Amino acid sequence: MVHGELWTIKELFVYPNEYIYWSIQIVMYPFMTGLVAGAFVLSSLYHVFGIKQLKDMARFALVFSFALLFVAPIPIMLHLQFPFRGLEIFMTPHFTSAIAAFGVVFFTYGAIVASELWFLYRKHFVEVSLKLREKQDKTLSEWFQYLIFCSLTLGVYDISEEALHRDEKAIKILAGIGIPVACFLHGYAGFIFGSVKANALWMTPLMPVIFIMSAVVSGIALCMLTYIVTMEFKKFIASRRNEARGAFRSKEEIIGVEINVIRMTARYLVFFLVAAISLELLDLIFRTYTAVKSWDVLRSVIYERDFYDIFIMQYGIGNLIPLILFLIPGLTIRRSVLAVLLVIFGVFMMRWNVVIGGQAFSLSFAGYMHYHLPIIPHDWETFKEGLFGALSIFIMPFVLFWVIAKIFPVFPETEQTS
Amino acid sequence: MISRRNFLKTTAAGIAGITLPLAAFEIVDPRKLMAQEAKNPAKVRWVFLVDTYKCVGCGLCVKACKQENEIPYDANVTRTWVERYVLTKDGEISADTPKGARDGFTNSKIDLGQGKFKDIKKEDIDKAYFVPKLCNQCDNPPCVQVCPVGATYQTEDGVVLVDRKWCIGCGYCIMGCPYGVRFFHPVHHTAEKCNFCYHRISKGMKTACVDACPFGARLIGNIKDHNDPVTKIIMNERVGVLKEEYGTKPQVFYVGLSREVK
Repeated sequence: MVHGELWTIKELFVYPNEYIYWSIQIVMYPFMTGLVAGAFVLSSLYHVFGIKQLKDMARFALVFSFALLFVAPIPIMLHLQFPFRGLEIFMTPHFTSAIAAFGVVFFTYGAIVASELWFLYRKHFVEVSLKLREKQDKTLSEWFQYLIFCSLTLGVYDISEEALHRDEKAIKILAGIGIPVACFLHGYAGFIFGSVKANALWMTPLMPVIFIMSAVVSGIALCMLTYIVTMEFKKFIASRRNEARGAFRSKEEIIGVEINVIRMTARYLVFFLVAAISLELLDLIFRTYTAVKSWDVLRSVIYERDFYDIFIMQYGIGNLIPLILFLIPGLTIRRSVLAVLLVIFGVFMMRWNVVIGGQAFSLSFAGYMHYHLPIIPHDWETFKEGLFGALSIFIMPFVLFWVIAKIFPVFPETEQTS
Repeated sequence: MISRRNFLKTTAAGIAGITLPLAAFEIVDPRKLMAQEAKNPAKVRWVFLVDTYKCVGCGLCVKACKQENEIPYDANVTRTWVERYVLTKDGEISADTPKGARDGFTNSKIDLGQGKFKDIKKEDIDKAYFVPKLCNQCDNPPCVQVCPVGATYQTEDGVVLVDRKWCIGCGYCIMGCPYGVRFFHPVHHTAEKCNFCYHRISKGMKTACVDACPFGARLIGNIKDHNDPVTKIIMNERVGVLKEEYGTKPQVFYVGLSREVK
């Protein structure tokens, strides 16, 4: 069977070679890079602009961004017909192609995040390794831990006031450089789509900007969600433990989620959400008004065939409802959890409507293609290009975050106990 | 003993040197240099001419192409295809290309996909005709521009080729082509498209589809040769190209191209 034939249903006049070639993994790619960029921008709000209320969230967001960073290129790799040749993008980049810049942008960004993390956690690395060095008769795991933390210090053990002050300065500079680079990383993902002149839906110079705005929205939303879930989970565990011992309420139990942090972050989320919606609507209005050759087919896709996906799922459930939830005064944690879940869903639907919606009509402008997501996998291709492939990609950063957080503790109390 | 500063300096320089992509260096090819010096531009630029008046939609060209270029016969992809356009008196345009017209148009009903057909009464038809399609071997090929690894490239005589050993299968070229001529090869899994039967034309033969067409609806020629009969038609007669608005500068010319053609 031809690649794409399995999940494509053609209707009316479609060229014989046309199929939905870019499927769920290409939906996941901008979705995941968006989360990376968004999480980074959130962490930079504290480091660069000194928004104090975001201090806890900033540290958390940076580590999460690092975990997401490793996952971002995986959807592309899974989508390639020859994943092992993917390295050619770095070895023989053909720079007239937007995808060729991936290596440069990705590694620059990765280097910035890694360096910023190093400066942020240097003190912790030194403390842990010194403590382990002094310890007599270490266990095997402690030896292993000692080795890791020793290497992570990169041989620098100076944690005097002055040195730490210099670290903070470096973090500020890196976070400052990081913002445009993070925007570039994601704006560039938008450029990949926006520059395809053959695709009437994709081709708009607004695409990179729309992508950046929705990226920040999704990144902030995911950070808020993970922050709330982790804090509440810790609280729950602590109270269970104490209940069993019949002890007093511990610090973990009392702290939980700081509602001020959530409210402050939500304010930024709303700001970027409004910007993203405005830009998308501007694009839609502009297309309706100019009504160029492709408009007939686009109109039928946007207002008829994909109406449910675009106006109900994306704008309604994914944008409007969370916006109302955030704007009603007296934001509670439960309400914000519901709102951020809807926001994340909304951004996913936006990616879906761009990637799949952009292939919903034929290049002949006289036919349509419907996408049927493979659910039950029966071979490798239907797995990776199906629901489970997408779910694996979505779960991956959380697993990675759990591993990485062992080296970079994200919460103040964990830091104290370690 | 090496100081830390020097060690870091050397390491940084070393890493920078290693990571610099090899593509950044252009190795001077003496042949290329000589060709430039002699200011001898290529003497061949392959172009294609389709006479839509002569096409009857038999599909022999599609069949011949599939066999010649080893595109699995039953796979629903093809390097070249023929479209049928039917205009009815009420101004409605119907078009189809069942299986790329591999077996010709044996049925007067229009294929709407998903097993549905539209019957048009003969007396309602204003005009009907066939349009063969193939790669336009554009002068400004978007597929070459978007290939991230340079696996698809343009030869000096204008034909766009795909390197099956280098293609990573990202599908960006398929997305970038406004004509929908590209697809993934069902066996090789790399990007695939019509290449004017480059293995034949570079040996002085005609393309498989040109040879297979019993009506002379398809012709291949060299536009740089003014004595070439194809060049004469393109230069002297009224010919059109497909989707000019994309700025791709297509090099497949059509005699009798109508405005309804998508």
